[in-house]
Amino acid sequence: MYNQTEIIKDTTDLGPDGELVINMGPQHPATHGVLHLVVTLNGETIKKIEPHLGYIHRSIEKMCERLSYRQFIYVTSRMDYLSSHINNTACALLIEKGMQIEVPERAKVVRTILNELTRIASHELWIGAMAMDLGAFTPFFYAFREREMITDIMEDTCGARLTMNYIVPGGLMYDIHPNFQTKVKAFVKQFKEKVTEYEDLVTGNIIFQSRTKGVGVLTAEDAISYGCSGPVARASGVSCDMRKIAPYDAYDRVEFDEVIETAGDSFARYIVRVKEMNQSIRIIEQLIDNIPEGEFVGKTKNVLKLNKGEFYQRVETARGEFGVFIVSEGGTTPYRIKFRSPGFSNLSVLNHIAKGSKIGDLMATMGTLDLVIPDIDR
Amino acid sequence: MLSLESITKTTQDWLFAKFSPEIALTIECVIVILLCITLFAVLGLVLVLLERKVAARIQIRLGPNRVGPGGIFQTAADTLKLIMKEGLTPDSADKFLFNLAPFIVMMVAMLLLAPIAFAKNFQIWDINIGVLYISAVSSLSVIGILMAGWASNNKYSLLGAMRSGAQIVSYELSAGFAVLTIVVLTGSLRISDIVASQENGWWLFKGHIPVIIAFVLYIIAVTAETNRAPFDLAEAESELTAGFHTEYSGMKFALFFLAEYINIFIVCAIGATLFLGGWMPLHIGHWDGFNHIMDYIPSSVWFMGKTFFLIFVIMWFRWTFPRLRVDQLLNLEWKYLLPISLFNLLLVTVIAIMGWHF
Repeated sequence: MYNQTEIIKDTTDLGPDGELVINMGPQHPATHGVLHLVVTLNGETIKKIEPHLGYIHRSIEKMCERLSYRQFIYVTSRMDYLSSHINNTACALLIEKGMQIEVPERAKVVRTILNELTRIASHELWIGAMAMDLGAFTPFFYAFREREMITDIMEDTCGARLTMNYIVPGGLMYDIHPNFQTKVKAFVKQFKEKVTEYEDLVTGNIIFQSRTKGVGVLTAEDAISYGCSGPVARASGVSCDMRKIAPYDAYDRVEFDEVIETAGDSFARYIVRVKEMNQSIRIIEQLIDNIPEGEFVGKTKNVLKLNKGEFYQRVETARGEFGVFIVSEGGTTPYRIKFRSPGFSNLSVLNHIAKGSKIGDLMATMGTLDLVIPDIDR
Repeated sequence: MLSLESITKTTQDWLFAKFSPEIALTIECVIVILLCITLFAVLGLVLVLLERKVAARIQIRLGPNRVGPGGIFQTAADTLKLIMKEGLTPDSADKFLFNLAPFIVMMVAMLLLAPIAFAKNFQIWDINIGVLYISAVSSLSVIGILMAGWASNNKYSLLGAMRSGAQIVSYELSAGFAVLTIVVLTGSLRISDIVASQENGWWLFKGHIPVIIAFVLYIIAVTAETNRAPFDLAEAESELTAGFHTEYSGMKFALFFLAEYINIFIVCAIGATLFLGGWMPLHIGHWDGFNHIMDYIPSSVWFMGKTFFLIFVIMWFRWTFPRLRVDQLLNLEWKYLLPISLFNLLLVTVIAIMGWHF
């Protein structure tokens, strides 16, 4: 048993300069999961942020090494659960590349549409969560209204709303639902009408702008040296869209712009994501009427075996560059598998860009980095 | 029917006829205390439900709709839950101050009820320095909040209390100056005089643009003073979990929660009294017929209508705006609101001296 004075001495971490060390998380409303930040404060000003990881580590990479090439794809849905389709696509693409499996056109187009829908759903959730971090509760519900339509589409076609597991090596698990096209078109129509609503609520808001403009500024050099990718790097003016650099599926035949902002602050990251949603809509509009007829899955062997060697495939998730690296010994399971998750690199800049700002700025910065903790921990 | 004037008058006359003045006064005190407590309970229930319904309406959802018709008993059920809950006191907390803090916050809210005129001749204490009393007492609640934050021995609580202290002390000034504009125009600190001066038109309409500016400043300042979004930095859910009341649970938390809503009611009631004519009906110039019809609406309905309109506005703020940062909050007050309100007060003084108002 401690006596009381000892406990007080223990918990009050006052450093020599009156620093206050505060544990944000693993249970904290703004860390969206079990991220643990040890924040050193001087009054309201942040002196140091130290992220502690591992609270949701499930050794997914080790798990994947024990599963066959058909099975391991489904574990990857649980990493970045907001872009599970895109994770699945990356794994499927790697196996297809390694085994030279021919993917039917229909599957390619459907995959692209689903990936873009996933990206929109992820950004929608992010808008709501970020606004909540800044203290505005209402945009969350507006964002979820549209996200709900996407999850409904996913439910019809894939049978699941979050961890879809719809993509298999060679194509799709089964054909799309008959109402897929009508539902996607209805969604596109509604999205275009309603996107202005929460843009009005958030983008134009003077408080929101003053909270995010000039906050958490990340320079292009820092973005590159920390390995940032996705909207975080693009907001700093780094061109890094995998859909443009290394097109996969049907991305080489659609027109879209890579959204790049140069300010590098939280507001730029916000603008990039909002504009990216509109680009995703543009991609979907080009493809939805042109889904080719035919097979939805290519011919594959029952037991998949990768040749001996090293394989790497990268895709663009909603958070940035997601990479799968597999070392194969020629067996039915990978010898070693490594995922390059965008969230991990994006989190690593947090201390660099939030140091010296206020606690409120930390929330704005962390919110716009769009962290998904299971993606970082794996 | 709903005019409360006759009720108070009859009770008073009857009591003073039956008993000696001391005993009559004591009985009146007891009645008033009972009425206040009842009002608190009812206001708590109504305002919490109202907030949840307003929030739901703004956020395209339904809100509470399971307990009772339209969810009207939801707050009662929640209160029951909070009563049943164990009131934890952290081991390392300063137990005396920790347990005292919610009562101080609550007591301040209760004291503020005294000079409010709920209806014609329905007022607990028509003190001759009413407005000054309100400004003085309302700044006491920060003591309770600081006490709660300090005694919890929790870093989040401490940060929240620190923010709250800075915030309430700053915004008190703007609120005070906004109130002063009306005092300058009326020439009296007494609430009943202020209401009486608005018989032929509310100050908001009579006082030209300066009073409208003062009204806007007042609404901003009291939103900050009651720790409501976009100025809810003391609680700042996403930053400090729950700020100064992080460690409170059960009924002690409920007292903080209730005090917040009572404070909203009080500041809105004061706003309605000063700027919107209190219980005075809406009168427009020489439209005698219209004015006559308006007189038929009881004064208590007028008062509650205006107060609840202002409450709705403050709730509307909360569900629309993001939160400000702490330095922006203080900048807003010291660099913008305070100079504006000082200049505005000067302007109003000139208007009052020259007699330019209607």
